[in-house]
Amino acid sequence: MQINIFRFILIGLLFLVSFNGFAFNEEKATDDKFDPKEMILHHVKDAHSFHLWDWKGHPVSLALPIILWTDNGLTTFMSSAFHHDDTGHHIVEKNGAKFVKLHEKIYQLNPNETTVAFDEEHHPTNAVKPLDFSITRNVFMMWVSVLVLLFIFIGAARSYKKSENNIPRGIAGFIEPLVVFVRDEIGIPMIGEHKYKKYMPYLLTVFFFIWINNIFGLIPILNGANLSGNIAFTFTLAIFTFIITTFSGNKNYWKHIFWMPGVPVPMKIFLMPIEIIGMFVKPISLMIRLFANITAGHVIILALLSLIFVFKSVYIAPVSVAFSLFITIIEIIVTAIQAYIFTILSALYFGMATEEEH
Amino acid sequence: MDLITPGFGLVFWTAVTFLLLLVILKKFAWKPILGAVSEREDSIKNALLEADKARQEMENLKSDNEKILKEARTERDAMMKEARDIKNNIVEDAKEEAKAQANKLMEQAKVAIQNEKTAAIADIKTQVASLSIDIAEKVVKEELSSENKQLKLVEDMLKDIKLN
Repeated sequence: MQINIFRFILIGLLFLVSFNGFAFNEEKATDDKFDPKEMILHHVKDAHSFHLWDWKGHPVSLALPIILWTDNGLTTFMSSAFHHDDTGHHIVEKNGAKFVKLHEKIYQLNPNETTVAFDEEHHPTNAVKPLDFSITRNVFMMWVSVLVLLFIFIGAARSYKKSENNIPRGIAGFIEPLVVFVRDEIGIPMIGEHKYKKYMPYLLTVFFFIWINNIFGLIPILNGANLSGNIAFTFTLAIFTFIITTFSGNKNYWKHIFWMPGVPVPMKIFLMPIEIIGMFVKPISLMIRLFANITAGHVIILALLSLIFVFKSVYIAPVSVAFSLFITIIEIIVTAIQAYIFTILSALYFGMATEEEH
Repeated sequence: MDLITPGFGLVFWTAVTFLLLLVILKKFAWKPILGAVSEREDSIKNALLEADKARQEMENLKSDNEKILKEARTERDAMMKEARDIKNNIVEDAKEEAKAQANKLMEQAKVAIQNEKTAAIADIKTQVASLSIDIAEKVVKEELSSENKQLKLVEDMLKDIKLN
């Protein structure tokens, strides 16, 4: 029953978005020269529409809502309004303001301007960037991943209620070892037997949220769903870890930062700034590690596939495919490893923050 | 540079989504799953403890049983021994009594035989005496039936007297 509801919602969601938004480009791709750097960056970075494939020279994509906070208040329209234009030429008028899209950034033209003027570095000179709360493809994929997570874990939790003696059945049989792994290999050893329980929901959520988004990033049909390789995503999660660490820090933790016990006074003074920097370096390292690992994986796979187009030869294809397949297999392992590392380091920091004096 | 600058919109949506996901999963997934797992682990631990206890009890019972059995065996052995002793005694006594009885009977028999013998001898004696007298009478009658013989007897007797 619950499966049907879930399917219904998911399919409904897809239809809702797609009916609003399928749009075909008017102009044909003009630039024949293949630029691997641009292609790779385009795939790795966020976008305002979900490009699916090209059909007879026209890109087919899922339009996504654009939500802007401008001086006139909230402005929303679908990304199909730009008609796949990413060069800043197609102007969308909405709510008394003019908007253009340039390199996946939305610019609001200054009043009384009709076209975008560029400086030498191709930056617009007569437009400002409004606050962009758009449902980009990363946000869209994040929500899909959330639905999948909710479906899997709430379904698993329900199966316990149905079975006698709490025996895991169905999906719970697959989920339980992972949950127990996070508890027994991450939570308990890093934080300690007595305090780990408080942090388990955060650790479990972070672990599975990162993992599933890492996996989604590897599925070719969801091309460019590179959420966990986006620095905004890793930044946010790192901030959460930082906040939890800082707020659960006990007396012993702060003493180790500001007045390291067991060393001479000059050493205490010397260590204080280092420890304070360390406080911030820890979440920053979390942020960069996840971002760099996932992005690097995507870049390598795309670069290997680009070789076919760079050499303009079909004979290079087997090599490209073989190598990118190899890297993809490694990346499958990396998806789990990076989720594990982020979680275990978060747990380690929580453990350091709550450690008692001994 | 775009690549390493966090976009504000995505930060916002990630924060909102993550917090909501955390709250929902905490309530509807992690609590029931972890609860079920720890409940089951507790019940397994308890079951194992109980099994251990039961095994201990079984062992105690077994050793008790063995003790009782051993006691019973020794008791039985003792009883058997006693019975054997009693039997031996009885047999011994019976033998003794039988022997005594037999001896007594023999004694009585001997006495009876002696008595019979004496009586028989006495009887024989009387009979022999009467027979002897009869014989002597007959012999004397025979001897003294003629003159010559009577004379001869007198002569013999006289001879004997002379000798004296």
